[in-house]
Amino acid sequence: MKKNQWLSTVLVNGALILLVLFWSIPTIGLFVSSFRNRFDIQTSGWWTIVPHRAWETVTVLDPKELGLDSKSIMQVEGVEGTFEELRQGVTSPDGDTQVKWVGNRRLGRIEVQERVWTANWDFTLENYKQVLFGRDTEITRTDGTVTTVPGQDMTQAFLNSLTVAIPSTIIPILIAAFAAYAFAWMRFPGRRWLFIMVVGLLVVPLQIALVPILSDYQKLGLNGTFLAIWLAHTGFGLALATYLLYNYISTLPRETLESAFIDGASHFTVFTRLVLPLSVPALASFAIFQFLWVWNDYLVALVFLGVDPNNKVVTQRLADLTGTFGNAWHLLTAGAFISMLLPLIVFIGLQRFFVRGLLAGSVKG
Amino acid sequence: MKRQLFVLLTALLILGLILSACGGAEEVPPAVEEAVEQVVEKVEEKVAEEKPAEPVEEAMPEVSFDVPPGGALEKALAGEFAGMSVSVDGPFTNPDDILFAESMKAFEDATGITVNYIGDKEFEGRLSIAVDAGNPPDIADFPQPGLLANFARQGHIVDPTTFISEDWLKQQYNQSWLDMGNMAGQTAGVWHRFNGKSLVWYPKAQFEAAGYQIPETWDDLLALTQTIADDGDTAWCIGIESGAATGWAATDWTEELMLRTTSLENYDKWTTGELAFSSPEVKNAIETWSNIWFNPDYVFGGTDSIVSTFFGDSPTSMFEDPPKCWLHKQGNFITGFFPEGAEADVDYSFFYLPAVDDAYGKPFLVAGDIMAMFNDRPEVRALMEYFTLPESASGWLNNGGALAAHQTATPDMYGVDLERGIATLVNQATSFRFDGSDLMPGEVGAGSFWTGMTDYVSGVADLDTVTKQIDDSWPQ
Amino acid sequence: MAQLDNVNDRNEGFVANVVAWLGRAFLALIIPLIAFAAIYLGFIFLRDSNAPKWLITVVAIIWGVGGFALLFWVFNGIVERLPEPWSGRLQPFVFVGPAVAILMWYLTLPVYRTGWLGLFDRDGLPDGFSVFAPWTWPAAIQSDSFVGLQNYIDIFTQDLLQVALRNNLMWIVFGSTLSVIFGLLVAVLADRSKFERVSKTFIFLPMAISFVGASVIWNFMYEVRPAGETQIGLLNAVTVALGGTPHPWDKWVAIAPWNNLFLILIVVWLQAGFAMVLFSAALKGIPEELLEAGRIDGASEIQVFFRIMLPSIRGTIITVWTTIVIFTLKIFDVVWVMTGGQFGTHVIATQFYRQSFTARNAGIGSAIAIILLLAVVPVMIYNLKQFREQEAF
Repeated sequence: MKKNQWLSTVLVNGALILLVLFWSIPTIGLFVSSFRNRFDIQTSGWWTIVPHRAWETVTVLDPKELGLDSKSIMQVEGVEGTFEELRQGVTSPDGDTQVKWVGNRRLGRIEVQERVWTANWDFTLENYKQVLFGRDTEITRTDGTVTTVPGQDMTQAFLNSLTVAIPSTIIPILIAAFAAYAFAWMRFPGRRWLFIMVVGLLVVPLQIALVPILSDYQKLGLNGTFLAIWLAHTGFGLALATYLLYNYISTLPRETLESAFIDGASHFTVFTRLVLPLSVPALASFAIFQFLWVWNDYLVALVFLGVDPNNKVVTQRLADLTGTFGNAWHLLTAGAFISMLLPLIVFIGLQRFFVRGLLAGSVKG
Repeated sequence: MKRQLFVLLTALLILGLILSACGGAEEVPPAVEEAVEQVVEKVEEKVAEEKPAEPVEEAMPEVSFDVPPGGALEKALAGEFAGMSVSVDGPFTNPDDILFAESMKAFEDATGITVNYIGDKEFEGRLSIAVDAGNPPDIADFPQPGLLANFARQGHIVDPTTFISEDWLKQQYNQSWLDMGNMAGQTAGVWHRFNGKSLVWYPKAQFEAAGYQIPETWDDLLALTQTIADDGDTAWCIGIESGAATGWAATDWTEELMLRTTSLENYDKWTTGELAFSSPEVKNAIETWSNIWFNPDYVFGGTDSIVSTFFGDSPTSMFEDPPKCWLHKQGNFITGFFPEGAEADVDYSFFYLPAVDDAYGKPFLVAGDIMAMFNDRPEVRALMEYFTLPESASGWLNNGGALAAHQTATPDMYGVDLERGIATLVNQATSFRFDGSDLMPGEVGAGSFWTGMTDYVSGVADLDTVTKQIDDSWPQ
Repeated sequence: MAQLDNVNDRNEGFVANVVAWLGRAFLALIIPLIAFAAIYLGFIFLRDSNAPKWLITVVAIIWGVGGFALLFWVFNGIVERLPEPWSGRLQPFVFVGPAVAILMWYLTLPVYRTGWLGLFDRDGLPDGFSVFAPWTWPAAIQSDSFVGLQNYIDIFTQDLLQVALRNNLMWIVFGSTLSVIFGLLVAVLADRSKFERVSKTFIFLPMAISFVGASVIWNFMYEVRPAGETQIGLLNAVTVALGGTPHPWDKWVAIAPWNNLFLILIVVWLQAGFAMVLFSAALKGIPEELLEAGRIDGASEIQVFFRIMLPSIRGTIITVWTTIVIFTLKIFDVVWVMTGGQFGTHVIATQFYRQSFTARNAGIGSAIAIILLLAVVPVMIYNLKQFREQEAF
């Protein structure tokens, strides 16, 4: 019995660690890469920071001086091979050295390489610096002077993202919680049809709403305001919020609520005093998701907030980092990490709501 | 408890009221007014300082550029629209956004008009949504005129010839440019910056050390390719991966060879849909480059890697020591993708992609940005007029990356030798044509042509299937 | 409002009654007025102000959240003050009203507009006609732009959309199944492990990553360099080390449609955390006694899982599964960022975006969106059936 338990603990933890490891590999890659410079990122894998054995050139020879004929089988430094073979690298019989022809027949050279232990530990904070404090660009003016145009720092974008994300998280939850309660615990005509509509609207891709909503906003003078984007996120998140919260609130213990009604409580009181506190885990989990979606949203911000560059949110700034030449992986890695921090803090902060007991038998089969 | 909540809420409300009362509506006008005043003052100061004795009608701040006579720009220079702002939307991101801002400096300083640039990589989609919703920017920069043609057809575009004279445009632009700006029965915009495409880049120092010769004819080019292959290297660096736009680099090659293997008339017919993709002319052009692309000894990484190599990364192997590939055909913007520290005319240089058949002369393929106007206001007109001047692309002229589409752009305006050289090359061409895929309707030029070429190169479909699919996708 | 109900006591007499009545009337009138004034002024402040960003942020949060709370409170107060049966009849609508109204505005009307646009050609509705003005419909239908169901016929005869439909099917089948399985696996394992929090945080981590970030991450996994060169993508490095040839995985046209699996994998990686959180919460809701009872009866852990746990959280599994199916049906960002729909990876949403906005073909784009909506009907019907079985409806 005891042995069995021990075995199952090992199995459970082993499987879990394996899964966690698999899940983390991409993120680890991102994390490591964010500290590597542009050249390293594009020429070697991020895992080369782990000590490994690699070929290192010790001698460089000129094929012409050696009088080699690249059309035939050549003998160099104790190995022999054709041009094609040498281009691949020919290893000496003892396996410690390799002879490699680098380049073509005209300009090539022969490198004698040895296998050594190495690790690519050339780390830098430059990527983070550029992302946080802006990417400077040097330009020449018409009069010939060279000036440096400083990039914009990330503070503004962070503030914007917060301004967008907090109300866009709380407002839909509030509205959805009221609606979910009504669908679950109030009887009124049209209840079923309205609920079917809400569930049906889950499937509407938000892309189709962009044009009509933007045009309404235009008429209301809402374009480019934060209110516009809160309402948009509320509209796009509301169906799922109502659906998920309904699933939860409808499974709250009937007896508890009924006894409250018998005591003469109104629906409003039951909702605010009883249902909301009981639903904290569901509210918290939806809050996390909604916060994440809003925080990581790009398209909605692009369309409804786009006019003023000062209103750009973190994801927009992140997308801008790529630049015209699309080769700013080194900046994107750092940027992605910075933008991840806050959602992670929110998750870890709200995680305490997901503990056993809070739900107290409320999920029914 | 409830009472406290009530009090708290009321307090919050009052606080909100106070805040909105002091911070609300009144706060904007003073700021704007202030800005207007400042600018007006500035202009007045300038006017007062510079030309105290001269007649009023000539009281303009001194500017280094010609302006179309009697137009909005002239009024703008007189300070008439100072304090106004014009929004320009476009696809520029770092560093192009900064170069654009630099190009606008002279205009802003001289007129007091603020140019607000909105732009990012999702430009096409965002612009489309904004226009449909009735909220377009004042001016948009279209790197693909095909997309602009759609907007023009749908009646969203203000024809700039309604306020800029034909004579002025003829003076500023070569007739070919003017013809290309004619879409859906109107002049859809004015040309701004452009890129020369018919260029082959090579690692100059190494190329010379190896003793290779710059090819003058297509046969020379093929011979050079074979020589490099015999030496054990692959001659060409080719990559056509580009996210949603994957395949466009292959459309460029098709256009280059259309210009070199058939007449200009056929090229024009092809871009307007009169000459089908499945016609022998187009197929022949595609097959001509296929002879290089589909020979694994000629392409770095083999034919298979073309589709998956990012176009901007493809020339990097040219800069290794020694180079792994030696030739790369691309527009002059590609220098922005070259490794940091690579020096023009030392580490790399370019030559003209040679003609296949002398009968068709020395054609040059270009692609450029056209500025189109959505809202007709005087200050917007002024900026549109400014775009007809090479000075409006000065950021790029000084720093490289693009050329000015205006024929009034003189070699001395270029601050970079490389671009000056390309400009000369373009001037020497016997004819030039715009990137055909950019002229075709979006469904084809930014759709089936790209995907078709990708399918063809990756080998999932043969030429007949691909050309038929592209023909089928042509609207109507 | 409750404080007034306390005052409303018959023993207090006539004066108190009058005061209460006046109070009610006053509140019923004044509070909504103040509420609306506050909300309106707040709106003006937020729209036009150039106060410091942090101040706007703070006011925005208080105003935005407080404003909506206030609206509920005020309307509920008014309705509760109404005589029965009106208060009972109206109160539910106070609760669902705002949600329904917002959903109508943001989703229902656009769907309606899209459906109408789908009957017209690429330029959409002719000028002067409105989707929302029924009296213009006859003229609109007679115009040249009206093409009826032609767009739908085109869609089903054109290659591109068939590819998109096929891909969406793959997304649903593989994307939702894998996400649910991995989410459940982690939730169950973590529930029994000492490292619950840490492991859950790690699985959740990808959810915090934006799509732009995710695309960079997965480029480090899938990136391909020509054979013989140093691979910087992990998957290809491993493949080459094992003696294989490098491939561009998600961009590998030769294996289409299976290259879509590499995109689906990204979403599974991103979304498993979502499934895990919901499953974890549900698992914690299973009464401990139930599990213990099973164990005492001699059931093995696997039996406990299949016989007790799974049935207990069936409702949650359906919810999560539905949510992920819908999410994968609407999938856009990952495809757009990773491949842009090239290499045979278009899905319905990317085709919609491309047709409507890049190719500016409003007719085809709208028709595609309507097909997407119709595609989900079976899922919805199944879902509503489940609700009925749960006797919720």
